[in-house]
Amino acid sequence: MTYKVTEENNISTVFLNGEIDMDVTDKAKEIIIPLIEAGKEVHINLRDVEYMDSSGISVLIESHQVSQEKNTRVVLKEISKSVLKVIMMAKLEQILIIE
Amino acid sequence: MEKISEYKTFEVNSANLKHIRTFAREVFNKSEELKNYQEELVLALAEAAQNIVKHAYNGKPSSDTMKVEINYSEDGLLLIELYDKGKAAIPENIKPRNLDDIKAGGLGTFFIGQIMDQVIFKTSKIDWINHLILKKQF
Repeated sequence: MTYKVTEENNISTVFLNGEIDMDVTDKAKEIIIPLIEAGKEVHINLRDVEYMDSSGISVLIESHQVSQEKNTRVVLKEISKSVLKVIMMAKLEQILIIE
Repeated sequence: MEKISEYKTFEVNSANLKHIRTFAREVFNKSEELKNYQEELVLALAEAAQNIVKHAYNGKPSSDTMKVEINYSEDGLLLIELYDKGKAAIPENIKPRNLDDIKAGGLGTFFIGQIMDQVIFKTSKIDWINHLILKKQF
């Protein structure tokens, strides 16, 4: 997994790239959670994520939960087809914010 | 429909999950039927391998190996088998997540159940502790 973070109008956008599994979830959390804890709206761009398993989904769930505690938002953007399939299998499309 | 029978062993660690997925993709690509379900089948197999790292070895890397075996018969029966020497699984304790509960625990087991027809736990195989069989009829 590689990543890039951009900032614009107090919105942090995290572009994730590659495959997100148990081996990289700690890294993904280290990138995303501090941004949410700082009170920023965080957009996670999943356009270039080719594979995500339940560990990756756990990062999205935890990010969403922390954002609720901090009264901000985590928005999933440009979700790749394979990741959307997994989100829908977990029936999370109504819970996570998808734009 | 051509018969497939392949296996490979991997050291137990989370960094090897991507190599397990690569092996699975290569095998599933050998059959037109399996190729159509490749993403789902890779996910089911990888979730089972992840459970070995996470639960049989408490998430710690080990020099132990796990064996991943894929058999596809002429009558369309796919068997994915995983063997490990970690802590013995207690099948009664392995439960999929309740989907009303917004948490990640048990999600991998839920995915496996959604994708495969049958999940069988065995502990009787010589040389191994856990033997997991995932079945799907095409």
